Amino acid sequence: MTTILGVPAQALSGQLLLGLINGSFYAMLSLGLSVIFGMLGIVNMVHGALYMVGAFTAWMMLTYLGISYWGALLIAPLVVGVLGMVIERVFLRYLYEVDHLYGLLLTFGLTLVLESMFRYNYGASGLPYPIPAALRGGNDLGFVYLPTYRGWVVAMSLAVCFGTWYLIERTRLGSYLRAATENAILVEAFGINVPRMIALTYGLGVALAGLAGVMAAPIYQVSPTMGSNLVIVVFAVVVIGGLGSIMGSIVTGICLGLLEGLTKVFYPAASNVAIFIAMAIVLIVKPAGLFGREP
Amino acid sequence: MTDTASAAMLEINDLNSFYGESHVLHNVSFHVGRGEVVTLLGRNGAGKTTAMRSILGIVPKRCGSIRLCGKELVGLPRYQIPRLGIGYVPEERGIFASLNVIENLLLPPIIKKGGMELEQIFALFPNLNERASTQGTRLSGGEQQMLAIARVLRTGAELILLDEPTEGLAPVIVDQIELAIRTLKDRGFTILLVEQSFRFASKVADRHYILEEGHVVDMIPNAQLASKRAILNQYLGL
Ligand SMILES: Nc1ncnc2c1ncn2[C@@H]1O[C@H](COP(=O)(O)OP(=O)(O)OP(=O)(O)O)[C@@H](O)[C@H]1O
Ligand SMILES: [Mg+2]
Repeated sequence: MTTILGVPAQALSGQLLLGLINGSFYAMLSLGLSVIFGMLGIVNMVHGALYMVGAFTAWMMLTYLGISYWGALLIAPLVVGVLGMVIERVFLRYLYEVDHLYGLLLTFGLTLVLESMFRYNYGASGLPYPIPAALRGGNDLGFVYLPTYRGWVVAMSLAVCFGTWYLIERTRLGSYLRAATENAILVEAFGINVPRMIALTYGLGVALAGLAGVMAAPIYQVSPTMGSNLVIVVFAVVVIGGLGSIMGSIVTGICLGLLEGLTKVFYPAASNVAIFIAMAIVLIVKPAGLFGREP
Repeated sequence: MTDTASAAMLEINDLNSFYGESHVLHNVSFHVGRGEVVTLLGRNGAGKTTAMRSILGIVPKRCGSIRLCGKELVGLPRYQIPRLGIGYVPEERGIFASLNVIENLLLPPIIKKGGMELEQIFALFPNLNERASTQGTRLSGGEQQMLAIARVLRTGAELILLDEPTEGLAPVIVDQIELAIRTLKDRGFTILLVEQSFRFASKVADRHYILEEGHVVDMIPNAQLASKRAILNQYLGL
């Protein structure tokens, strides 16, 4: 049996794969958080809860309406996106002028409301969601056994992340978004409907969380608290990557997933705190984050 | 060119503007005829920028009447005001660092037919064409000013608000901006210009309004500028 630094190669590649999958979720979630913070100045604590709502929407669509995974992949992000736009219009837009803390508190409160609603109706334990038939099974790649669904998750989230990057960094619409992040008043003085753009940006950001939720449903169980465990790590990712950098969020998300996987192999006791240690180091050495612009 | 209020492109009556508790513009009234170049002159802090920002609705509070081609702007949502045909070149230029030159140039949406084509804009400001993919804020000050002006020429806006376009620029660049303003006037643009340099203003403008501590205290047609030199120097504290 091959070993690398005294660790069986199979175990190493297995953990790296797991890290890659976790990293894919970190990337999709931190991307949305970063875009939202850049444009709205809101620390969107409810992001994890909306990821959970995405997963529950998929579960409810399957259970009550018989709509398959593929339908949910399209519809659940739309549902979450629309819910997000309602949240933005009803609550968040009143907070842009005041301190960031108010946005954080409000979205934290919304998280508690959403989680309690689902816990009240569905209990705290996880509900299973089946892997769609087309994505069952797996392949032995020699160095690692790759379940098809997990490969799909990694490929899909990479595609979504880079699609979002392209949308923001390379298209006309994205240039409005970047400009409004820098100076919303001037963009409005050119005749662009900034309030609508802000609502759409928030909707897009949380729709990504909803999509991640659907993709997560067959891997992790669908439960009311599935988002709160994740969102703390994702905030660490955003801090490490640097707020406002799209590519930074993607790369950092994936790298930190891998880092976590590696720690599990070489020093399992530290695996839960590895990301936070990385965060502390980055904050000391480069406070604006690895990819962030220095203020 | 004589001014007839009936042909006014922009007509402002009894405008009052506030930043929180501080009352900055006091019953300001003036108008700009179609095709005219009109300046607002005044010392630092007189309220020239505030007047421009009030037209666009980007001051915290304003009241009074601002009409563009007869249509009242006070009360409209902010993003709709420029869509009626106003292009804004802010004092701080407002070039976006996260956009390259061409993205900056294409940012303001087309609001009407009849704006300038990109080729015509590049003919006016050749430097911009050469630096199309440069990050906006890496341009020199003069180039940033040209970009800020160029940006509003494509949109079809007929009224251009130019806030201190020559501030801090080298004389050769100032000449280029002067030429650009003349060209725009010949093309039929209406221009409201804020200037510190009264020499520059006298070369391009038809009329001048004098602002003092938020009040319009005088209006001087460009032809009478020479004879009113003494009083003007007193207004501007030269
Ligand atoms: N954001 C603001 N908040 C509070 N007061 C302001 C603000 N902006 C301007 N003022 C005040 O309003 C008055 C008019 O300012 P404004 O910028 O309109 O002057 P200006 O004529 O454009 O001056 P300058 O020639 O220096 O550009 C000044 O007294 C200024 O201190
Ligand atoms: Mg000013």
